[in-house]
Amino acid sequence: MRKTEPVPKPATSPNHPVMPGNTTPFDIHLHGGRVAFNGDDIFHDLDLTLPASSITCLLGPSGVGKSTLLRYLAGLVDGEAGGDIACSDGRPLLGRVAYMAQQDLLLPWRSVRENVVLGAVLRNERPDLARADALIAKVGLSDAAHLRPAELSGGMKQRAALARTLMEDRPVVLMDEPFSALDSLNRMRLQDLAARVLRGKTVLLVTHDPLEALRIGDRVHVLRGTPAVLSDAMLPAGSIPRDITDPEILRHQAELLRQLGATAEELNRAEGTA
Amino acid sequence: MTKTSRTPFTERRLLKLARPIIIIAALIATWQIVVTVTGAPKYMLPAPYEVWLTLIKRHDVLLDHARYTIAETVIGLFAGAALGALAALPMALFAPVRFWLMPILLVSQAIPFFALAPLLVLWLGFGLGSKIAMAALIIFFPVTVAFFDGLSRTEPGFLDLARTMGASRWRLLTHVRLPAALPSFASGFRVATAVAPIGAVIGEWVGSSHGLGYLMLHANARVQIDMVFACLLILCAFSITQYFLVDRALRAALPWQPDSLKPAK
Repeated sequence: MRKTEPVPKPATSPNHPVMPGNTTPFDIHLHGGRVAFNGDDIFHDLDLTLPASSITCLLGPSGVGKSTLLRYLAGLVDGEAGGDIACSDGRPLLGRVAYMAQQDLLLPWRSVRENVVLGAVLRNERPDLARADALIAKVGLSDAAHLRPAELSGGMKQRAALARTLMEDRPVVLMDEPFSALDSLNRMRLQDLAARVLRGKTVLLVTHDPLEALRIGDRVHVLRGTPAVLSDAMLPAGSIPRDITDPEILRHQAELLRQLGATAEELNRAEGTA
Repeated sequence: MTKTSRTPFTERRLLKLARPIIIIAALIATWQIVVTVTGAPKYMLPAPYEVWLTLIKRHDVLLDHARYTIAETVIGLFAGAALGALAALPMALFAPVRFWLMPILLVSQAIPFFALAPLLVLWLGFGLGSKIAMAALIIFFPVTVAFFDGLSRTEPGFLDLARTMGASRWRLLTHVRLPAALPSFASGFRVATAVAPIGAVIGEWVGSSHGLGYLMLHANARVQIDMVFACLLILCAFSITQYFLVDRALRAALPWQPDSLKPAK
C-alpha cells in the first residue's frame, strides 16, 4: 500500500486555490470506484456518497480496504485505480481535502507551531501565525506550542495533528483511524474535540471501532468482503457526540458487530456484559 | 528519595569522568608489562616512559609535522563529505542519475585505495593536495551511501501528507526529505571522521616532505622506534579528539534525533 518509489510524483496541481470565502458545502459522489494491487481488486463498482457537512464513518475488518478507499479519495493511490469522483459544485475534489493519518506525522525537527503551519511552508506561502495560534489554543496546546513532538504525549501529538489538519482549511477532511493509537479516555476526549472542531466540514472517518463510529458519525458504513462491498448507511439519531450508554446506540453497535461478522452467540455474550 | 537517588548520580558522574583515565592507565600498564616480560630492546618496543621522554624532548618537531597531518585530515574530511553529499543528492532525486552513478560508485570501491596513493602523489605532487585527495577519497563512499540511504527512506506518511498539502517538489526536498535524512548523513560523517586520518597518513607514507606519516617512515628507517610511537600517540590523541568534537557537534545540530542509548529525561 505504501509507495516504494522513493521519488514522489509532483502533486498534480501544485497551487491549489484555497479560498476561505468560497466554502459552500458540496456533496461528494463516488461512482464505480475501483482499486487493484497486483491485479487483485480491493474493491470495484463501489458507490459512496459523502453528504455535505456531515461525518461519514467507514467500518470494516482490518485489511479489507478501508484505508485504500480513503487514500483513493485523497488522490494517494498510485497504479491501478479508476472510477468517477464528482463534487456537487462541479469542481474537482483533488486539492480540497485535508488528510489525517493514524500516525501523527509530525516532523520531529519542527515545534508544534511549526508543524501546524507546515502546509503553507510546503506550498511556499506565508503562514498565518495568528490563525495557527488560535487553532493550537482550540486543541488545548497553547502551553506546548514551542515543544518538539518527542516532548509530547500520544494524545497531545494527535491534537497537534488535528490543529495542522484544521490549519489547511479544506472543506473535506479524510481521517484514517486517527485515534486508534490512544488509550480509551484520551480517545474519547479526542473524538469530542474532533466532532466539535470539524463541525461544518465534510468528513470521512475510517475506524475499526463501532462505538467510535456511533459516537461521532452522522452516517456509518461497513466495508467487507473481497472485493469489498459497502453496506447501506446506518443513520444513528441524536446530536454528536452521542451517549454510548444509550440503549439505542448499543442496539446499533450489536447490528454493526453482526455486519462485521460476529455470530449470534458472540453478540449475546456482548449484550450480557453491557 | 532525593537523597538516595542523588548519591548514585554523583558516583556515576565520577565514574564517567574517571573512565577514560582508567582505560588509558590500563593500556599503559599492559604496554609496560609486555616490555618487562618480553625484555624487548628499545629499538624493538620502547617502554611507555621512553616514549614519553621523546614526546617531551622532540615536541617541536612532532607538533610541526602534526600540523600538516591535521590540516590534511580536516580539509579532506570536509571535502570528502561535501562531495559525498553532492553525489547522493542527485542520485536520490533523479532515477537516471542513480542508475548510472551507483555502478560507478561500486566499481570505485573495488579499487584498493592504497594502490592509488602513488598515482595521487604523481598527479598532485608531494604537497597537501595528494593527501587531502586520499582522505577525501576514503571518506566519499561511506558519506554518499549513508546520505543516499537517508534521502531514499523518507517516512512514506510524510510524503502522503505533503502530497495532500500540495507541496512543491523543491519545498518537499528542503523542508522534509533533507532534514529527515540528516541523521543518516551524520552517521556517515562519524564513520568518515574515524577513517579520515588513515587516508592522510597513507598519502604521507607514499610520498611527502611533511606530516606524521613522513616522520614515522623516516624514524622507522633510522630505528628510532620511540619516535614512531610518539607519532602514533599524537595521531591517536588527534583522532579521538576529532571524533569527540564531531560527535558533539552533530548531536547539538540534531537535538531532535531520537537517541535510544541516552536515558530519557
